[in-house]
Formats: sequence, C-alpha cells, structure tokens
Amino acid sequence: MTAFTLSKKEKRVLVRIIVSLVLFFAVLITDKTVCLADISPMGFYLPFILYLTVYIIIGYDIVIKAVRNIISLNPLDENFLMLVATVGAFTLAIIRGVKGEKTEGFDEACAVLLFYQVGEFFQRYATGKSRSSISSLMDIRPDYANVLRNGETKEVFPEEVSIGEVIVINPGEKIPLDGVIIRGSTSLDTKALTGETIPYDACEGQKVLSGSINLTSIIEVRVIKEFYDSTVSKILELVENAADKKSRAEGFITRFAAIYTPIVVGLAVALAIIPGIITGFWSVWVYRSLNFLVVSCPCALVISIPLTFFMGIGTLSKNYILVKGSVYLEALNKADTFVFDKTGTITKGEFAVDRIVPESKRDEILRYAAIAERGSSHPIAKAILNESINVDNSYSIENKAGYGVLATKENDTILCGSYSLMKLYNIECEADDSIDTVIYVAKNNRYVGKIYVRDKIKEESKESIDDLKNLGAKAVLLSGDKNEIVKKVAESVGISHYQGELLPKDKATEIENIIKSKKNGGKVCFIGDGINDAPVLMQADIGISMGGIGSDAAIEASDIVLMKDDLSTLPLAKRIAKRTVAIVKENLIFALGIKALILILSAIGIANMWMAVFGDVGVAILCILNALRVGKSK
Amino acid sequence: MKKIYRLLNLECANCAAKMERAIKKIDGVNNATVSFMTSRLTIDAEDSRFDEIIEQCQKAIKKFERDCTIVK
Repeated sequence: MTAFTLSKKEKRVLVRIIVSLVLFFAVLITDKTVCLADISPMGFYLPFILYLTVYIIIGYDIVIKAVRNIISLNPLDENFLMLVATVGAFTLAIIRGVKGEKTEGFDEACAVLLFYQVGEFFQRYATGKSRSSISSLMDIRPDYANVLRNGETKEVFPEEVSIGEVIVINPGEKIPLDGVIIRGSTSLDTKALTGETIPYDACEGQKVLSGSINLTSIIEVRVIKEFYDSTVSKILELVENAADKKSRAEGFITRFAAIYTPIVVGLAVALAIIPGIITGFWSVWVYRSLNFLVVSCPCALVISIPLTFFMGIGTLSKNYILVKGSVYLEALNKADTFVFDKTGTITKGEFAVDRIVPESKRDEILRYAAIAERGSSHPIAKAILNESINVDNSYSIENKAGYGVLATKENDTILCGSYSLMKLYNIECEADDSIDTVIYVAKNNRYVGKIYVRDKIKEESKESIDDLKNLGAKAVLLSGDKNEIVKKVAESVGISHYQGELLPKDKATEIENIIKSKKNGGKVCFIGDGINDAPVLMQADIGISMGGIGSDAAIEASDIVLMKDDLSTLPLAKRIAKRTVAIVKENLIFALGIKALILILSAIGIANMWMAVFGDVGVAILCILNALRVGKSK
Repeated sequence: MKKIYRLLNLECANCAAKMERAIKKIDGVNNATVSFMTSRLTIDAEDSRFDEIIEQCQKAIKKFERDCTIVK
C-alpha cells in the first residue's frame, strides 16, 4: 500500500500555517484584551503592523500569484479575489483609523487568508490521499520481466518484451504479461484479478494472466500479448480512464462554475457602487461587497463532486467491480431493472450430478457410468466423473453418437446414455420426462438406475436477487434454453418475469422493448458472462459482464465489469453507486445553500468576513470530508 | 490522434476546468478532458498539427497554473 506523505513543499506550507496561526492568535488576543491602538503611541499603526506581519507570512504567495495573473491579463481567480477582499478590508480599517474611529478589519483580513490557506492545504491533502488510495490498486502492476534471450535470462521492463518471446516466472513473482505456459506447472494466486482466494492450478498449454502471482513452481511462458495489451494494464487503464469520463453532475458544476464566479463578482461590484452612490455610506457597502468576493469561488463544489465520484470508482475497484466511467455510477444508481442471462450468470454454467435414482444403488450406478464416460470431455461426462475417484479403465469404450456409450470387458457390458439408448438395446425402463438431463445406466442388459444432471444455480443467486429487490429493483431472466428449465430456474431464485428459447438477437430486441416501455427514467441493466452477449450488452443502458476478466470481448462491450464470478457483487455495486450519488447531492445542496445564505446575509449586513470565509473554505472542507465517506460503503 | 498525458503540479480543481475549456477552443482540437483527480490530459486532435497543438495546450495551461506542465 503506497503511503501518502507530505512533500517538502507541503511541509513548508504547513509550518507557515502553524506559525501564522500562533502569531495571529497572539496578536488577536492581545488586541482584544488590551486594545493595542489605544495603549500605543503609534495609535492604530501598531496593530496594523502586527497584523500585516501575519498577513505577509501567511499570504505572500497569494499576493504574488494574484499580481502575476493581473499582469498576464488573466486576473479572475481566487488569488485575485482574496487579494482584493483582504486589501480592501485593510484599507477600510486604515481609513477608519485615520478618521479616529475604532479600527476593525485587520483581524478579519488575516483570518480570511489564514482560513483560506488552511482550506487549500486540506484540499490538497485530501486530493493527494484519495489519489494514492487509487494508486494502491496500481500495486498490482508488475515492474519487471525475466526474458529468455540467447539462452540467458535477463531482467527487463515488461514493456520491452515482444509477443512470442519466452519469459521465466519464479515462485513468488508477479506474472508480468499474458501468455501460455510452455514448460512447468504451478499454482497461481489470481486474487487481484478475480477476488478468488483458492489458487488456480495451471499446467503446460494453459493461459496465464498478468497480475496473478506465481505461487509454487517456476514456469516458462510464451508471451501472447504485449504489456499495454495485457490484462493488468487493461484493468488499470480502465480505472484511470473511468475518472475522466465525467458524469452529468460533474458536467453541471463545470458549466455552473463558469457562470457563478462572474455573476457573483458582478454583483459584488454592483453592491459596492450602487448603494454607495445612493446612500453615501460607502465603507459599509464596500465591506459587504468584499464578503461577496470571498464567497464567489465555487471551489467546494468543483473539488468535492469529482472527488466523490473518484472515491466511488476507487471503492468499487477495491471490491473487484470495474466501472468504465462516473457516468455509469449515476446510471447504476438509477437502475431499476436487471436483466439476467441464465447460463453462467444465474447458474454455474457447468453440469453437476443432482440426484440418483434409486438412491440406494448410488455408488453402483456412478461406478458404471464413470467407466463408460471415462476420457470423455462432454460436460455431462465431466459432471459424472467429478463424483468418482478410482475409475476402472479396463473396459473398452464405444461411442454411440446421439445415444450414449457402450463399455465392454470380457462378458460385461455397460450402457450409459439417453432413453433412446435403452430402447435401442431393448432394456426395460421407464421414460422420465423431467426437465433435467437424465442419464440411464444399464449393466448386462439389466436397467440399474438413472442419474439426474443439471446446471446448478449459484449459491448466491437467490440472495443477490432478493438484495436487488430490496433496493427497489426488478429482475428479469432471459435465456436460449427450454422454457420449462428457464421457468424452474426463475422460480427458484424469485424472478417472475422470464423468457426462454430466445436467440441472441431476440434477447437484444427484448431489452429494447423493456427500455421502450419505461416511463420513469429508470435504467435497464443486462448481466451476462460477456462472451456471446456483446450485442445485448450494448443494447442495455448498462451492460454488465461477469467473471470474464480474461475475455477482451467482455471488457470491450460492457460498461461495468464484475471481476469476481459472484453475483453478490451486483447489489453491492448498486449500493455503492447509490451512496456516491447521495453524497454528491448532499454536497450540492449544502454548498449551494450555504453560499446563497451567506450572500444574502452579506448583502443585508448580518454576515461578516469570518462567516464569508467559512462559506467558502469551511464548506469546502465539510464537502470533502463528506466525499471521503464513500470509502466506507459496503 | 488521441493521446493521454500526465500533468505535473495540477493543484486547483477550478483551474483544471478552465484549462479544459480553453484547450477545447484551440483550433484543431476535436475533444479534450482535463481530469483533476487523475492529473491527466486526454486530447483528441488533428494528426498533422499534433505537436504544435500540444505546445498551444501547454501555453494555455500555464496561463491558469504557472507551474503545471505536460509530461511528454
């Protein structure tokens, strides 16, 4: 985790702030208790010089920047406004002093600058901190690769390795580039890419992804993607780019800031001149207009809103959810319809043995079936073989395409397959019209039993759907599979709107229809495993792909990538999105509200500069603190 | 051509917004984003005059924050 420490420059600023604070309060307290102007022979010049000293220590850089900006004909920024406001306050106080009135305003001018500098410092600190929290994600970036060239292993930057070259990865090292293992086999920690804590075993011929960590054995890998194209770079780029894709809220404040400042400054000028002309009480009105200048910077919003979205993106990526832009955070917040793909999304996407009939002969049935299915890579065979340990391999296998398998050894025959296989060999048994896939097993022409195999629903599916419903959303299930199967799956996870037997293009049409029938502005999401769902992902308001971090097509076509193969990250994503947008709204209302209030109070003379400074700096600090709360979302 | 540059010493969020507006107005720039949070300039501009346009961007940036530089 990269720690955030203050730079030398920042440390100097902090020292200046502390020194000025101490001096300021020393002078302030002395003046308030003993009234320096009265006791000193120099009159009000004493407090003036003391305050001026504080002013210079804390504010010299602001004055310099403001003057430079005036010279380069680009004056209208905070430095200038601060300069005018504080010089104005000093001047007014001096004028009062000269006239013999009580001098007030020195302390306010210094306080304004002090508070302003503290606020700026805090803003830089908070920005730096949240920037570095995102960069802790950057820790997954590999910084070197061991490439085999001319028989020697050389340590180079990952960017220097070309496609086709061979790299060596020792145990404990990060895999620097996407590639295929050509020698060795090992266990990999893929936690950074998939959130999976169970190590992933990989052997020769298998693909490995950059960003995983090699755990047990040394491997040689042939590189298939250059560094910029490898998985880890793609993920980091996605996160970095996400902050650039501005949300509607950020677009709004950019436009708002552009008109807010000129308007308030214009009002300030008007306030200084017009009432002065009418009433002749110049100093009163000039003072009030100075307050306007202090509140005229929309910094609180300009910083805290992007910061909030940034925190949202960062929090999501810590939870293995990649969002391609702040705009999708806003959309996810408004999402009230979630359309799910069935296979691989709600279900595991792989067959598993569900039950065996009769249960009493379970071991026998499985043993015979395993003998027959040995060596087959068919998903159903895999499901059966998963349940078996020592498979008898002395039988010879004959595949009957479309029916099943015949296994023979000396005088024994085993039949394993569909009902049609049984009929083909005239074996008496009952047909089962279950919607599950049924495998019939017979030995020596006698029916033994049947195995029900089904694509299991993921454990977290029902709970995740319930979670989404509790968040006010509706769930829909679309699939290309048989209607009866889709109905069963939908009912067991609590989805009431479902449709089966859909071709991929039908799914896209269905989503289009759902979107068209929406009247309330709610957004429609589609969640799939990304591999064949590209057109559907793009049709939805938000395309969400799940668990396919190795698939480029998935990342390209979707707007949100769930790196973990776990549906529960979906309601989590929605909760984080909701919280982010809620905090943005809170900040907007708070900042605008307080600023408006202070403008009004300044105009009628109730607010003084202290309040004005709070309206600028204090509000900014509070908004930033509020933005950091996003990080606590769960 | 679209390119992404890192920005050094970008400290003011308001300035970032102003820079973005100014850069978008430069002749030859199709689109540009200045992200304060990630300190990056993303720019899509005419291939033929790209380097010259980047120089103009640097000038525009300096007007708002004197110490801010584009890392080439």
